[in-house]
Amino acid sequence: MTSKYSKWIWGIPLWILAIAFLAPFAWMLSTSLKADVDAYKIPMQWIPDPFQWDNFSTVLTGATSVLPAFGRSVFVAVLRVAGELLTATMAGYAFARMSFKGRDKLFLLYLATAIIPAQLLLVPRFIYFQKLGLYDTLWALILPGMFTVLGTFLMRQFFISQPAEFAEAARMDGANEWQVFSRIYLPLARPVMSALGILAFVWSWNDYETPLVLISNPDRYTLPLSLTNFVDEQGQIAPGLTMAASVISIVPVLIVFVVLQRRFIAAMTHTGIK
Amino acid sequence: MATATVVAAGTKARTEQGSGIRPSGWVGFLFIAPNLLGVIAFTLIPLVSVVLLAFTDWNLVSGLGGITFNGIDNFVAIARDPGFWHAIGLTLVYVAVSVPLTVVLGLGLGIALNRPLPGRAVLRAIFFLPYIVNVVAVGMTWLMLMNPKAGLVNQVLDAFGIQPGWFASSHWALPALIVMAVWSGVGYCSLIYLSALQDAPGQLYEAADIDGASAWAKFRVITWPSLLPTTIFLMVTLIIGASQGFGLIALITAGGPGDATTTISYYMYQTGFQFYRFGYASAIGLVTFVGVLVLTLVTWRAQRGRALND
Repeated sequence: MTSKYSKWIWGIPLWILAIAFLAPFAWMLSTSLKADVDAYKIPMQWIPDPFQWDNFSTVLTGATSVLPAFGRSVFVAVLRVAGELLTATMAGYAFARMSFKGRDKLFLLYLATAIIPAQLLLVPRFIYFQKLGLYDTLWALILPGMFTVLGTFLMRQFFISQPAEFAEAARMDGANEWQVFSRIYLPLARPVMSALGILAFVWSWNDYETPLVLISNPDRYTLPLSLTNFVDEQGQIAPGLTMAASVISIVPVLIVFVVLQRRFIAAMTHTGIK
Repeated sequence: MATATVVAAGTKARTEQGSGIRPSGWVGFLFIAPNLLGVIAFTLIPLVSVVLLAFTDWNLVSGLGGITFNGIDNFVAIARDPGFWHAIGLTLVYVAVSVPLTVVLGLGLGIALNRPLPGRAVLRAIFFLPYIVNVVAVGMTWLMLMNPKAGLVNQVLDAFGIQPGWFASSHWALPALIVMAVWSGVGYCSLIYLSALQDAPGQLYEAADIDGASAWAKFRVITWPSLLPTTIFLMVTLIIGASQGFGLIALITAGGPGDATTTISYYMYQTGFQFYRFGYASAIGLVTFVGVLVLTLVTWRAQRGRALND
């Protein structure tokens, strides 16, 4: 049973399935380097002939360059992640390690809002941001993302598992509440913060629905929206350019995933289950 | 712990002996305030407005002054709206097919990926990849792959003599969306199952091995019961996610052809952002939310009932 070949009995079918799963990505990459006339050739040609490197230079530097959108996506993601980490660690810490009137009721309210579907909020947010003058600005994407219930919940779960003795000792030495939080508990929270940071980055980077509703000026498109620039009015897609832009949009998430794979998966499973 | 305290004035909170949690009065509020103010501004106020808007008749063009309270008219109209019921029906089909498929395939994959395998870490990453790639890149790719004339999928299927029109056909558009949803969700499910399997009780398996239990008996008696909470969790989150499925539809089919893929969240989007009937769209959103909540609770209870009978 446990011979050295037995793992191939499961391994081979799983690898075949994995290759089928990867096929759309392989097709994306292949098409990103093809001339449009070759994109739909029958039978499919996996190795482009000739390699159309121009697709990438057009997408990066041409009239419809995705670079500005790339920059906007970075800007939005950085502010969202930084803001979320700051507000969520503070609130999560207070919910876990401080006691004040109405704390538990407030936390229950937090949990209740966590099950509200984002789409339900799209209509009022649209109107609301118009009134605030934030509609069609990047702030409409950034601000709501800086204050999240899920992040607070995650951080609370972490801080609640931490020993109280550290705080007692620090208070005896005359530390105030902010110092107890920022010098003692915050450094301990680094792994959870990086997990939350990774998730917040990926959510922000991939968000399509919010900008679809709240951004109308193509000059303010974030990366996912800008991928639709390569579709003309008749709905005809320019295959090479669209796929080149798609490949570029995937790269940052792929880097985060490959470099931080362990943390990433820990983050996914922990937000998943607990 | 009764160390020297700086208990803020005005709190009656008790010192919680030994828990290390001290009454902190307004200091605690200060810590929560930045997050709380944001949640109030960007989540709670919009939420209250959507409930209020659901009882009004308002199209955007008439400005805020054009809002008129119309009681339960929107809800009466929803009950009589064939478009709404059509969208609900499609959503139920979409959820009822895509969620069990994703969970069952995810379970199988999770169990398989828990064994010793050649290149296991890479395999896990490959199945997870579709889940983390943005919906536009994925959608555009599938749109081209499922091109009825020249897409790769039909080039392969042609060998078997099948030529579905996919997104161009009112019969095949919904199945095409389901295929994509399953493809992108299976890796996530398998990962969650994988982490649950690694917590599975090892001694029980050893005991079962000593008793000479078959692989199927071990699965039925040990693995499955220990995975039940995970399954419930995945069902609930996937039902909520699938009933909101919107990005791919907005991107690829725009609800079509005809209304073949106008699920409830797309119907709400159309009503609000294409026809500017914000009051009616809010009412649809509210009704759907309550519906999904009920559906979720039913799933929850049904699974728990079964767990208790075992």
